[in-house]
Amino acid sequence: MTAGGTTRNGRALALKDVPSLEPSQFRGWLVNGVRDKGRRVVSYFGAASNAAGGTAAEGISLVAVLADDANGRLSIARTISDGTTFESVVPEVTQAHLFEREIAEQYGVRFEGHPWPKPVRFHHSYRKGYDAWGRSVDAQIPPGVLDFFRVEGDEVHEVAVGPVHAGVIEPGHFRFQCHGEQVFHLEIALGYQHRGIERALVGGPTKRTLPYMETAAGDTTIGHAMAYAQAVEALSGAVVSAHAHAVRGIALELERLANHVGDLGALAGDIAYLPTASYCGRLRGDFLNMTAELCGSRFGRGLVRPGGVGFDLSSDQVRDLRSRLTVARTDVTEAVELLWETPSVRERFEGTGTVSPDDAEALGLVGPAARACGIQRDVRHDFPAGIYRFVHLPVMTAHHGDVNSRAYVRWLEIQQSISFILSQLDGLPANGTRAAAGAMRPDALVVALTEGWRGEICHVAMTDAAGRFSRYKIIDPSFHNWFALALALRDGQISDFPLCNKSFNLSYCGHDL
Amino acid sequence: MVSSIANLVMVLAFAPLLLGVINKTKALVAGRTGPPVVQVYYDLVKLFGKGFVVSRTTTWVFLAGPVLSVVAPVVAVLLLPLAGRPAWLSFPGDMLLFVAVFALARFFIATAAMDTGSPFEGMGAAREVTFSALAEPALLFGMLALTRLSGSVSLTGMLDIRTAGAWQRASASVVLILASWFIVLLAENARVPFDDPNTHLELTMIHEAMVLDHAGPAFGFILYGVALKLTVFAALLVTLLIPARPGGGALGLALLVGGLAGVGVVVGLVESSMARLRLVRVPQLLVTATLLAGFAVVLLVR
Repeated sequence: MTAGGTTRNGRALALKDVPSLEPSQFRGWLVNGVRDKGRRVVSYFGAASNAAGGTAAEGISLVAVLADDANGRLSIARTISDGTTFESVVPEVTQAHLFEREIAEQYGVRFEGHPWPKPVRFHHSYRKGYDAWGRSVDAQIPPGVLDFFRVEGDEVHEVAVGPVHAGVIEPGHFRFQCHGEQVFHLEIALGYQHRGIERALVGGPTKRTLPYMETAAGDTTIGHAMAYAQAVEALSGAVVSAHAHAVRGIALELERLANHVGDLGALAGDIAYLPTASYCGRLRGDFLNMTAELCGSRFGRGLVRPGGVGFDLSSDQVRDLRSRLTVARTDVTEAVELLWETPSVRERFEGTGTVSPDDAEALGLVGPAARACGIQRDVRHDFPAGIYRFVHLPVMTAHHGDVNSRAYVRWLEIQQSISFILSQLDGLPANGTRAAAGAMRPDALVVALTEGWRGEICHVAMTDAAGRFSRYKIIDPSFHNWFALALALRDGQISDFPLCNKSFNLSYCGHDL
Repeated sequence: MVSSIANLVMVLAFAPLLLGVINKTKALVAGRTGPPVVQVYYDLVKLFGKGFVVSRTTTWVFLAGPVLSVVAPVVAVLLLPLAGRPAWLSFPGDMLLFVAVFALARFFIATAAMDTGSPFEGMGAAREVTFSALAEPALLFGMLALTRLSGSVSLTGMLDIRTAGAWQRASASVVLILASWFIVLLAENARVPFDDPNTHLELTMIHEAMVLDHAGPAFGFILYGVALKLTVFAALLVTLLIPARPGGGALGLALLVGGLAGVGVVVGLVESSMARLRLVRVPQLLVTATLLAGFAVVLLVR
């Protein structure tokens, strides 16, 4: 079996060092890696063939990155496809299903044997004249117009929800096939938030690149900005000061805190449990305000910069943060413990929206959704970078894969993050100047992973001969996890959908890019 | 006669306050200031000042739902002796009419919901009808027990001050009926733990899902109907708990008003302290309510 190349998180390697395999070898390597060696697909994307160091004028490159979580290694390989058809790996590697749909849409490659090849984001192919569904170049592509599974029967009914929802949330379309209150199948159609970020990044970095990263998923500003900074630093060889690493870690954990606390409040709100819902709503604001204390923006915009951080942390700020965090810890403990002490809440959470560990592995879930199924998977632990190379965090897991487990993992991580920040504030290294990120290495590739609050954020950057981005691939954790929501609902109650949805709390714009 | 009309006017005028008391209680428990107690009046004024759109697929049934939702509690009030004043209408078996008018209103609201053809409203209607079919026996069993206790088959006789003497004879039965009817009150009026009046999530709603297409004045009728129905059920509980002497005057009135506010606070506390039930568990709690009322009967016939 041909081996792929090996790399690590945030280490640049020359494009020529990425093994280029024959299509059949590439497919064999991918299937073997996932099915037999227990690796998982971190990223699988297409690129113009010249961008990936290929020579063929026509055709495209396919690049795949597999993670070996236990050893902290990333396995990588590429191949040149003729650009029209490719044999799908989905029959053997379930978790590649959305990646292949994405490649098909972006580069007009048809995947032979893909069980349900549909568009993802409803845009024209990046390669003019190639379209996986044979649509003409000037055809209108309205979002959400596509085939859905249908269940037929006397008492079967279909419920369509969205893309416009009753709450103030992002647009997405959900199609339920129901038998009374029981859901047979849920199909999710996204793509309404597609902004073309990946395409706009080609040729960068420019002034706009960082803002694009910070808004790829607006609630994960720090997470995406950190992955980007890590990629640029690897390519340019910039050395980041210990102070900047610590501040980034603090900001990333504050982002996790704000979102996890907000999620627990929203979960309580969904089951009409008012005490936790009310207090967590306020506490989320407290954590956001702490991020604002760092950089002036509640979402951390402008804090993480390639080469360092945009704002240093003064000793006054450290004192202030520490006292605010200590107060918040007491408040959040009081508010959240109510959830575990109230029988009616436990009754509602437990056994709702269960995802089995086997399904979670097969789908390659990441983040709290995976850890709630008992899977030990956390970038901070498996592929540590930055501050996490110096502070080892145990992986927080729960074991039932239901709403209760997903909520409980969040609570464990809340406590861990608060302790982490407090310990970082105690031993904060002296201010370090921001290293200028110089020119980036030409013809190179880097994989940068960060554990955002939703899970693994993966950025893959490839540079051209001039050291500009020839391809920049962003994989938000939501991209891996959306299908798990559909599975969680299978054979469940349709009235439990909002609760299940909240327990995953996935990003629409992070998926749609 | 005049005093019976006074009952009606009082309920019509003050029903929205009860919702206000519940919301205020919830807000205070959660540490918020909350909307003013009279907020529901503002909402009603706002709704009645609006225009509204009626779907072309609907028929007259769509508007009959909101109208019936107000008419039913009005008829029900006329059957209740309140604050020591006799009921306007009283005849043997009027308790069945009391149950039936709400069933009629529910039929029309559910039919109006299905009239729109929306899957959400169909789901809401199915849930509402299923659950109220389970709540009705509890109400009827409670009335059966009171009939046995008072020897009367009309609400006026059952809720008479003399029944209060039953507190000594059959306190266990009365407590069981009160518990059962409180559960029915929560279920029939779409309160936590059966439904969540605050939710905007159409897939989890019961009552609210049925009225998604009603807007403006039609929704105003629905909202007012909700307030009236809640007040009628609360008044039924209060009158059973603390019956007023005939011609009770100011004291009777004060007890009624205080009792209603008390029910509002209790409902608010329930909603502040527990989560909503999983939908599949709702029938179990309603059957429990029926059993409680059933035991009340058993205790009386032993």
